[in-house]
Amino acid sequence: MSVTPQAELIPKLKADAILRLLERKERIDKRGLEDFRPIEIITNYIKNAEGSAYVKLGTTQVVVGVKLEVGSPYPDTPNEGVLIVNAEFVPLASPSFEPGPPDENAIELARVIDRSLREYRAVDMKKLVLIPGKKVWLVWLDIYVLDHGGNLIDASSIAAMAALLVTKIPKAEVNKDTGEVTIDKTQYVAELPIRGSVVTVTIGKIGNYLIIDPTYEEEQIIDTKVTIAVSSDGKIVGIQKSGMGDLTLNDVKKAVNIALAKAPQILQQIENTVGRLKTTEN
Amino acid sequence: MTKSYEKPKLMSEDGKRHDGRLPEDLRPIKMEVGILKNASGSALVEYGGTKVIAAVYGPREAQPKHISIPTRAIIRCRYHMAPFSTHERKSPAPSRREIELSKVIREALEPAIISELYPKASIDVFIEVLNADGGTRTAGVTAAALALADAGIPMRDLVAGIAVGKVEGVLVLDLDELEDMYGEADMPIAAMPGKGVITLLQLNGVLTPEEFEEALQLAWKGLKKIYELQKEALKKRYTELSIES
Repeated sequence: MSVTPQAELIPKLKADAILRLLERKERIDKRGLEDFRPIEIITNYIKNAEGSAYVKLGTTQVVVGVKLEVGSPYPDTPNEGVLIVNAEFVPLASPSFEPGPPDENAIELARVIDRSLREYRAVDMKKLVLIPGKKVWLVWLDIYVLDHGGNLIDASSIAAMAALLVTKIPKAEVNKDTGEVTIDKTQYVAELPIRGSVVTVTIGKIGNYLIIDPTYEEEQIIDTKVTIAVSSDGKIVGIQKSGMGDLTLNDVKKAVNIALAKAPQILQQIENTVGRLKTTEN
Repeated sequence: MTKSYEKPKLMSEDGKRHDGRLPEDLRPIKMEVGILKNASGSALVEYGGTKVIAAVYGPREAQPKHISIPTRAIIRCRYHMAPFSTHERKSPAPSRREIELSKVIREALEPAIISELYPKASIDVFIEVLNADGGTRTAGVTAAALALADAGIPMRDLVAGIAVGKVEGVLVLDLDELEDMYGEADMPIAAMPGKGVITLLQLNGVLTPEEFEEALQLAWKGLKKIYELQKEALKKRYTELSIES
């Protein structure tokens, strides 16, 4: 059951300051309305993962780890690997996070990122088959929020894409007689096949103003957010409105245009860090 | 597995969809208000083969007390699929999908409900999908809005839901399960058509920016039709009531 959350109380002075500045098209941290906070990306942050990335977006910190396992394909896609996205909002990241299974916010975040990667086919799943119909690579993508400074979804999306781009496939030997697969993680034989990159851009609405990459405090007074996933070839590959307010048709169109303009910059920064945005052919 | 996963042909040469509809056509829509005796308000909504029932309880005292909010009523919302509603039996335990949809549906209804009128209270919205054939969340929002109105809860406007999508390159309205499964994009939308605002928006799939704008316009046409049907269903319920009494 989904229940109206209790609003985090932020000091009224601060809320007033945020709103007053917006009237002058300014933000409390001196950014413009359509500026991201500084983004820091460190890849291969977790040595035991097949791929990983640490992302710092303002004060938000997120780690994504990718682990590869051998398993069975879904019955409806017998000749494709499997991507599983999960998000954990661990209690060390925010006073409002509790231990336990993922809540609706963590589930929503994971599913929005999962859909953007899946629908665009960012990872070429057809190349992750070991024994057709029987054994395929399972790509586990786990999002770990370390410090909640607002806009968890864009930080997670950047980290997810960077981690996938540096993911390496371990050596796997298929025993044709028994149908068993032995993995040797001391040897990596290939990079994860990537068809193209995807990143989300989140736009918040406060009063009549649209801002991107909201901070934790801005999120507390935001009416509504809309997250737009954009691919490296400029397509819209996912949308999710969240929050208790509404958006006009014009707001939505403006938000999409902002996302289409901003996403290439973020993708460029990921590419610069990773040194690879190469894509495999279809 | 007896089911085939081969993609069927979904658009014919003469521009018709696999069930004979044109791209802008809705499926046969049925709405009935006040179908449950115990609930404060209720509604049954069918979009073609999709059959959804919504019930509202409240405003009533929020339990446990600590979840209440002193300045407004809280909305509690559950979207749930019956185990027999799908081809393969669905476990009745809430799936990740149902948890996410309960959230986005609650957030689609929140802007419509004048919750400030009932401090500390709880307004509970329960949506049960009885038969799933695509568009269950949008039919669910439509049913929930009718149930809220039937419960006499003050609202800023009704909320109507519809999906728009892309199937074999064509933008179509009100996708059924087959079109959702094999189409290129599915974009569920809910709105308060009288106020001209969107309260639920998701896109699963890939659209170019031009297709997105076109899809938004197409969805709006569908939303207005659903909105008119909602108003008719409410009028029908209450004119019948006045005749009875």
